[in-house]
Amino acid sequence: MERPLTEHIRPDRAPLTLREYEQAGGYQAARQALQAPPQRVIEQVQHSRLRGRGGAGFLTGQKWSLVPPDDGRGQPKYLIVNADEMEPGTMKDRWLLEGQPHQVLEGALLGAYAIQARVVYLFLRWDYKLAARRLQQALAEAYAARLLGEHVLGTPFSLDMHLHTSAGRYMCGEETGLLNALEGRRPTPRSRPPFAVTCGLWGRPTAINNVETLCCVPHIVRRGGDWFRGLSRSPDDGGTKLYGASGRLRRPGLWELPLGTPLREVLMEHAGGPRDGHRFRGVLPGGASTDFLVEQHLDVPLDFASVEKAGSRLGTGTLIVLDDRTCPVGLVLNLTRFFARESCGWCTPCREGLPWLARALQALEDGRGTAADLDLLDAHVRTIRPGHTFCALAPGAMEPVASALKYFRADFEQHVAEHRCPWRAR
Amino acid sequence: MLTEQEKQAIDEEVRHYPQPRAAVSEALKIVQRHRGWVSDAGVADVAAALGLTPDEVDSIATGYSMIFRRPVGRHVILVCDSVSCWIMGANPLFDQLRATLGVGPGETTADGRFTVLPCACLGACDRAPAVMIDDDLHTDLAPEKLGALLERYA
Repeated sequence: MERPLTEHIRPDRAPLTLREYEQAGGYQAARQALQAPPQRVIEQVQHSRLRGRGGAGFLTGQKWSLVPPDDGRGQPKYLIVNADEMEPGTMKDRWLLEGQPHQVLEGALLGAYAIQARVVYLFLRWDYKLAARRLQQALAEAYAARLLGEHVLGTPFSLDMHLHTSAGRYMCGEETGLLNALEGRRPTPRSRPPFAVTCGLWGRPTAINNVETLCCVPHIVRRGGDWFRGLSRSPDDGGTKLYGASGRLRRPGLWELPLGTPLREVLMEHAGGPRDGHRFRGVLPGGASTDFLVEQHLDVPLDFASVEKAGSRLGTGTLIVLDDRTCPVGLVLNLTRFFARESCGWCTPCREGLPWLARALQALEDGRGTAADLDLLDAHVRTIRPGHTFCALAPGAMEPVASALKYFRADFEQHVAEHRCPWRAR
Repeated sequence: MLTEQEKQAIDEEVRHYPQPRAAVSEALKIVQRHRGWVSDAGVADVAAALGLTPDEVDSIATGYSMIFRRPVGRHVILVCDSVSCWIMGANPLFDQLRATLGVGPGETTADGRFTVLPCACLGACDRAPAVMIDDDLHTDLAPEKLGALLERYA
C-alpha cells in the first residue's frame, strides 16, 4: 500500500534535511513543473480529484482555477498554508510539519506557481514550536539552494515564503479569520462573498490551503492525476488520507490509508478498537465540529461523499471516539464550552447561544437539568444554522449537539429523570 | 519604551509584510518574551512601533489566548481541556496541580513560579492528556507523573 505523504517520515519524526528529501525524490516535481506552464499544475490537480483536507473538502484544482490571472499592474497574489490545526481531536498536520517540512514547502511552491503567487505565508499555530523551528530550518535550506527567492531554480518565477506563528485562537484556522490575523487585525471572520480567491489578503487574490492538501501536490505532479486517483478506494475522489483516532482505544494514533477506508477498519484494525472493558458507542469522524456516527455506520467508507450520506462530515478525518464509560452529555458539554470560549463574539446566536447551551448542559451534568433544558437544546439546534450566523463556528458547534440528541437522547433524559449524571455516579 | 533588542526583533518581523501592522501579533509575542507578560505599557510600546493606537493593539492582544495581559509566573503550565484530553483525563491533572501547587486555572503560585491555565486542543490527541510548560509539549501524562515533570522547571 502506497503512503506517499508519510513513507519517509521517521518514527521519531526527526525531519528530513533538504539532501535527504531530494534523495527521496523531493523537489523533482518542482523542477519539472517550473519548466511547463503554471496551468499544467492546476490541470494535474484537477484531474487528481484532490479535495481539501482542512475540513471543508473543496476541490483544490477548482479553488486554484478560480484565482484570476495577473492583472498586469504588478500587485502580488498570495498562497497561504493553513497550518493553524486547532480543531479538537486533530493532530495530523503536526506529523507532516514536524517530520517532513520540505514536503510542505514543495507543495506550497507548486501551489504558488500554479496560481502565480509571489508570496507564500506559512500560518502556523502558536503551540507547534518544534514545527516552527523545523520549518525555519527548511526555509533556510530552500533559500540557500535557490528553491526559493529570486528566480527559483534559475527560472523567471520568483517566490518568497515567510513563516507566521500565531498567538492562539481557533478562529485563525478559519479562512477569513486567518486573513484578518495575518493583516494584523483581531482574528474575527469576514463575510463572504467576496471569497479569498478573488479578494483575500490585503484585498488580493489569495488561495488558502491546508498542510495535508498541499503535501499531496508534489506527488500528483510527479506521478500524475491518474496515479493519485488510483490510490483511493473512493470512486469519486483521489489519494490517500491521514486518518487519526483518539479516545479510549488500544492504539490511538495516525495512519496514512487510502481515502475511503471504512470506519470499522480504521477503528478496529489500526486503532485496535476500544480498550479492554470499554465498548464503542460513537465517533466524531472529522474533529469536534462533525456529527456523531454510531454502530450502524461502522461500514461507512471514510470518504467525503459517503460520510456526508451517512449524515456527518469527513472534516479532518481524525476520529474522536466515545466509549460506553464516557458520558455523552459530558462530552458534548466539553465541546460546547470549547466553542463558546472560542466564539469571536460578533454575532448574537454564537456569542449568546453557545454559553446558554453550555449552561443547560452543565445543569444536566450536575443533576439540576430539566425537560426545559432539553427543549432549549432542541430549539438551538433548529435555529443555529448556516445562514443564521456570521461564520461556520456556531453551526459547526451544533453538529455534535444535534447528533448526540439524536443518538443518545435516552442518556440526556436519564440525567433529567435521575437528577444526576449516571456516569459520574458510577 | 521598547528596548533595542525588542526593537530589532520587531523590525525583523516587519520585513516579512507589506504593512507594519501585520507584525502586531509577532511584536506582542516579542514583548511578552522579554517582559513575561504584556502590560498597558507594552501595548503602548507596540502601538508606537507599528503606527497603531493602543486601543487597536489591545483589541488584538485580547483576541489571542497566548498573549497575557496580566502577570504570569516564571513558567506557564497550559493544560489542554479539549475533548480528547478530557476523555483521557485532563481534570485529574488540574486536580493534582491544585493539590500540589495550591493553584487552580488562572492562578499563579505565591512564589511566582507557576501559572496554571487551561488551553485549547494542543494537537497531541493520540497522546492525551497533554500539557505545555513554556515551549515544551508533554504528553501521555497522568497525575503521578506531574511531580517529576514540574521539578524540571525552576
